[in-house]
Amino acid sequence: MNSIPANVAEKTLHDENEQQIPVAESPHSDADIVEGKTVGTPFADNAKFKLRDVEVFYGETRAIKNVSLDIASNEVIAFIGPSGCGKSTFLRCLNRMNDSIDICRVKGTLELDGQDIYDPRQDVVELRARVGMVFQKPNPFPKSIYDNVAYGPRIHGLANRKSDLDDIVESSLRKAGLWDEVKDRLDSTATGMSGGQQQRLCIARAIAVSPEVVLMDEPCSALDPIATAKVEELIAELSESYTIVIVTHSMQQAARVSHRTAYFHLGHLVEVNDTNTVFTSPEHQMTESYITGRFG
Amino acid sequence: MTKHRSQAELVRQSLKKRYRKEKRFRAYGMLAIAIALAALLTLFSDIVGKGYSGFMKTSLNLEVSLDPQVMYLDDATDKKQLRMADFVEPLVQALMKEIPGATEADRDAVRRLINPYASTDLQEALTANPQWLGTTREMSFLAHTDVDVYVKHAGDKAYSIKLSPQQREWVDQLQAKGVVDVSFNDVFFKGGDSRDPSRAGIWGAVVGSLLTMFVTLVLSFPIGVAAAIYLEEFAPQNKLTDFIEVNINNLAAVPSIIFGLLGLAVFINLFGMPRSVPVVGGLVLTLMTLPTIIISSRAAIKSVPPSIREAAAGIGASKMQVVLHHVLPLALPGMLTGSIIGMAQALGETAPLLLIGMVAFIVDVPDGFFDSATVLPVQVFLWAGSPELAFIERASAAIMVLLSFLIGMNALAIWLRKRLERRW
Amino acid sequence: MQPANLLLITLAFAAIAYGLGYFRSRTLAMPLGGIRHLKSLPFYYGARAALWCGIPALIVLALWAAFQGKVIQTLVIGSLPTELLPANEGEASLLLSKISNVATGALPKGFADPAIIEAADRLTYLREQSSLYMTVLVVAVATLAGFIAWLRIRPTLNARVQVEAMLKWIFFACAALAILTTIGIIFSVAFETLRFFHKVSFIDFFFGTQWSPQTALRADQVAAQGAFGMVPLFTGTLLISVIAMLVAVPVGLMSAIYLSEYARPRVRGIVKPMLEMLAGIPTVVYGFFAALTVAPFISDLAASFGISASSQSALAAGAVMGIMIIPFVSSLSDDVINAVPQSLRDGSLALGATQSETMKKVIFPAALPGIMGGILLAVSRAIGETMIVVMAAGLAANLTANPLETVTTVTVQIVTLLTGDQEFDSAKTLAAFALGAMLFLATLLLNIIALHIVRKYREQYD
Repeated sequence: MNSIPANVAEKTLHDENEQQIPVAESPHSDADIVEGKTVGTPFADNAKFKLRDVEVFYGETRAIKNVSLDIASNEVIAFIGPSGCGKSTFLRCLNRMNDSIDICRVKGTLELDGQDIYDPRQDVVELRARVGMVFQKPNPFPKSIYDNVAYGPRIHGLANRKSDLDDIVESSLRKAGLWDEVKDRLDSTATGMSGGQQQRLCIARAIAVSPEVVLMDEPCSALDPIATAKVEELIAELSESYTIVIVTHSMQQAARVSHRTAYFHLGHLVEVNDTNTVFTSPEHQMTESYITGRFG
Repeated sequence: MTKHRSQAELVRQSLKKRYRKEKRFRAYGMLAIAIALAALLTLFSDIVGKGYSGFMKTSLNLEVSLDPQVMYLDDATDKKQLRMADFVEPLVQALMKEIPGATEADRDAVRRLINPYASTDLQEALTANPQWLGTTREMSFLAHTDVDVYVKHAGDKAYSIKLSPQQREWVDQLQAKGVVDVSFNDVFFKGGDSRDPSRAGIWGAVVGSLLTMFVTLVLSFPIGVAAAIYLEEFAPQNKLTDFIEVNINNLAAVPSIIFGLLGLAVFINLFGMPRSVPVVGGLVLTLMTLPTIIISSRAAIKSVPPSIREAAAGIGASKMQVVLHHVLPLALPGMLTGSIIGMAQALGETAPLLLIGMVAFIVDVPDGFFDSATVLPVQVFLWAGSPELAFIERASAAIMVLLSFLIGMNALAIWLRKRLERRW
Repeated sequence: MQPANLLLITLAFAAIAYGLGYFRSRTLAMPLGGIRHLKSLPFYYGARAALWCGIPALIVLALWAAFQGKVIQTLVIGSLPTELLPANEGEASLLLSKISNVATGALPKGFADPAIIEAADRLTYLREQSSLYMTVLVVAVATLAGFIAWLRIRPTLNARVQVEAMLKWIFFACAALAILTTIGIIFSVAFETLRFFHKVSFIDFFFGTQWSPQTALRADQVAAQGAFGMVPLFTGTLLISVIAMLVAVPVGLMSAIYLSEYARPRVRGIVKPMLEMLAGIPTVVYGFFAALTVAPFISDLAASFGISASSQSALAAGAVMGIMIIPFVSSLSDDVINAVPQSLRDGSLALGATQSETMKKVIFPAALPGIMGGILLAVSRAIGETMIVVMAAGLAANLTANPLETVTTVTVQIVTLLTGDQEFDSAKTLAAFALGAMLFLATLLLNIIALHIVRKYREQYD
């Protein structure tokens, strides 16, 4: 899986994606996309998340248009698509991080294990304890490494004794592949670490709460290739025990780490398929144009 | 899977307690805001409650017979005779007529219903109109402060009523007849300070404040803007510039009373300038407000986008021309807003002015920058220190006037900002 | 002539110089074929002439006006017969006010010593002379400098560069006024403070626990020597500041947190300006409120519990001062809290932390240095606050920590010692400057530390 090193080529591709030719100039008009109709296999049997007819509004703007998708247990699913296609917005719906934005409204059915997560009775704190998130830029708290990882277990009351907490911290850091690097300086401040270490710390912090799902919003976009490789390795290992949803700008990354890939375009979910299928023989023309780099 | 389940269970168990904490925290926040707003409300209602009656005066409408015999005055144009004449007696007689039950023995008690300065008013009126001598005229005079207090605050326990029961009865009768009359207090807005609360006014202090503010504005605005321009546009990056900046930031936080010490030591003792004059007050307040004006003007200059400077420089304007023709006009609304707020601060400032002697008892309305004067906040301070509640009432009324000036200035600043400020 | 009138005349001269310079440059340009052949626009030739004419004249005017009073006073005192010569500065100022009262006619001549009348006449004469010389000198300087500037106008002269250079120097002078002000403050308190320490020992001042500055007015008067121990003033200031902080910090901080984290935009839009209104109210109004409403309320309340409280309790002054400082603390905290990056907030929320947990465990610790800096600035403001304590705290220098008793503060004593009758050289007057020096140093130190902390904090997240 890691046979392709995260190299400079990926970097440049990523940069291109940032400033692409406007979508309107693409060879395909939006007419190719039928709203609410997704090509491929959007649905799964053992669905962790069952999402139906999801729409997201920012004020008057419709950012997500009628998207339906299942996310299966213990799978790694990647969201790809050009900038502004709504993939991050969609991701943030899954643990209601959009709540803090006043003008944002979410419609449709979003179920986690059969429970509506936008039910007014649904506790957002409990939801987020089950659905963790890792952000684009590493955001360690300005505290010690230990306190960063212990923060979640502490607030949720997951450890009764100091030794329990120590165990959680150690196992989380081990899972994040960071233990050996930091075990001697757990008390030093987290902001002094390198970018890659910081991001892995954030992942450790997220999994210390033992979430069922981990959302990752372009977790490697601020990292150098070597750090990226390490984080990708970590994602592969974590996929054994967690459901992972990853938004990425890098198609190579999607290809390397995910089982399924979902392609978003202007708020529409165009195609969902096996990662292999998406990258070798995409069903939808738009997907093909995108992965072959004809537009971004 | 079981691990997840038990974790979720643990989280759920902790939730109740955590939400209690969350609620409590929120409640603290609301409590804090409630305390602050309650303080504001109490302050305002307290001042309005104490002071609204200060805008009322109690006067006596009397039919005064200006009898030459009674007044020992034959010729009202003769200055010397006017000085010696008796102006109290006609007033007392006029009032006695209105109180049927009053006997000769009550004369003193009746006289004490009339304001001690009423005779002076009568004298002035007669000096201005000598032909009135020998006629009977309907005239209005201020009542004694004790009457004023009784009429306005009869039921109020905070005020001690100094009138005797007999006098109170008279005043009640007179009020029913319309002789004692409560009306808008024009004296308060026309006169200077006085030892008698009924005659005390704020006009002297308002004029003093205006003169002081004029000096402050004329000096601090141009100097502040010039300093800001230098620091933002011309200052080289060196130790001197850094030192100036450190100085400005520190001066902005130096207690105002220190500026009073500076004014006393430099302007009065070193330069021998007179005490209690608007010029010195204005100089002290200028030094005090300059940092505020410089800081806000710099922010205004900073907000002008560099593209404007480049555009002007690109067609060959010199640095000074770029600044004066393009940057300054665009930054001016922001500078004005900051300066008005600085002026509002200066208008409310008291402490430094006490030290340069603007705390003196001054009856006359000042007529120039070098004339002894006091200012509105100091007038409030002087009256607030008086043991007489009638002065406290005036102090509250003066505070209301001061606050309305300040609110007006701040509203002007907000309006200017909305109206003139550009969004880039 | 009055300096104010002379100022207007100087400005008129400058305006005339502008006109003359402007037209001379145009006249010179005419034979060359228009103003295109001038080095600068005619405006700059005019402006240059105006600056040349106005600035030296204004400098002369300012210096003369600043020093004439002192010079005249010295001359008048010097001319007095020896038996009337004042022994010290206190007598001198008394004598001078007598002389000037005679001169203005406020004091009838019949009541004064003939020597005083003579001095008064001399004072009037000197004043007239000074005014005359000043007028002549200022007009002469303005005319001469303006004329030179006018003469030197040549088409080859680059007036714009000169005007701009002059303007730049004027701008610099305005900025440098900040340094001058600081120096002025330092010198005005330093000299008197040094003289104070000639009269009262260092140790008595800093460690003495007695403060009673009433000294004998006359040398033969039997009266207390006066005690100048600043400890009770220091503790009084501290007590009131601590009470103020106990009110301002929790209320200010919590309202800032509520407004930035919880309040709906509409609520914030209403409440925030109302809080800021508290900052715009003059301190004399707070003093009024403290002295006439809060203090009686507290003493009545204490009495109803059977506790005796002074009618000028430290609690009243401190609590009202706290209210005054609330908006200061809340707006500084608001800035600091908003400077904490959103990503930290998201990081904590995404882990399932509640808003209050995020605030208490992530944002607040991250913002702590900035908040501390803000609190230090607020403390500096509290110890320098004057009017509230002058009106609501007492004059009795009690050494106590009981908030229901009367204490006095450094600023109260400065105002008390310097208003009313004062003799210039007495330890009593000098003590006020020594206290001023202490106050200046203390607030300066707090400000420097606080500004440093806040700047470091800002840089961290920029």
